[in-house]
Amino acid sequence: MSKLLMPLIMLYALYVQFHGDYGPGGGFQAGVIFAAGIILYTLIFGLEEARAVVRPWVLRIGLSLGVLIFAGTGVATMLLGGNFLDYNLLAQHAQHGQHMGILIVEFGVLLTVASGLLTIFYVFAGRGKRRRDVEE
Amino acid sequence: MDFAELINLFLLTLLTVTGLAIARMRALFPAVMLTGLYSLLSACLFVLFDAVDVALTEAAVGAGVTTILFLGGLALTKPEEKPIRKGRAALALAVTLSTGALLIYATLDMPHYGAADTPVQQHPLRTAYIEGTAQDIEIPNMVTAILASYRGYDTLGEITVIFTAAVGVLALLGSGWRRKRDA
Repeated sequence: MSKLLMPLIMLYALYVQFHGDYGPGGGFQAGVIFAAGIILYTLIFGLEEARAVVRPWVLRIGLSLGVLIFAGTGVATMLLGGNFLDYNLLAQHAQHGQHMGILIVEFGVLLTVASGLLTIFYVFAGRGKRRRDVEE
Repeated sequence: MDFAELINLFLLTLLTVTGLAIARMRALFPAVMLTGLYSLLSACLFVLFDAVDVALTEAAVGAGVTTILFLGGLALTKPEEKPIRKGRAALALAVTLSTGALLIYATLDMPHYGAADTPVQQHPLRTAYIEGTAQDIEIPNMVTAILASYRGYDTLGEITVIFTAAVGVLALLGSGWRRKRDA
């Protein structure tokens, strides 16, 4: 059943991410839904399986990369001669620049939120497991 | 009273009942499950108030992730709550009641839901954002426009908070994986 649900949850996360310009949603909601999907996977297949699918070091890179993408977009607009996070300069037309800027920045938000939640989850779940191993 | 109000009243009653049940419960596992239900009911209320973004987040974080994190914490502790001493219970009740009374007193000053003459509705920034979104950004979703563009600094700050929280958890508790291999 959850094998059936997993791709749907991931697809829904992507939909929420990229439809954020038109409907409710955006990077934060998408990241949270993505993380919840992986957590569901962990509940059913176990922590080690999940760690093999989404490795902890990937999460750490994603965690920092998200913030870097967001802040980097700001720095890029500054290098183009504007203010910090002034997306107008990212493309020929100011509106296109805004569209691009929002897409890039929302991707950064998705990365950090999903990785952050999963990192915290892995750490907590890992603690419970370690304790049980010791008791056994 | 129209239909929407009736649903609101129904959901709020359920919310109160769930809250009371959580407070009275001694077994922790059902209490955790009920907090999930509480979040789901809140998400329904947010949908009714047209705050769909918040509802999405509440349903995924509050009902999903937080419940699982609570369960993870539950695995580390005992399944029953410690019995409370009588004297402390009375004190706790007094503190809770006075805080509740203060909060209810504070709501008396709040404008009615959907009122047009609130500071939020009358501020010049409101028209600036609403008309600006169509002209400057050309995307239909104003919430995204404000979050990602007009208030980009705030959102950058928010994800920095999440980043810091995750780094803090990693620093305090470690990965839990490497240390086991060393041992």
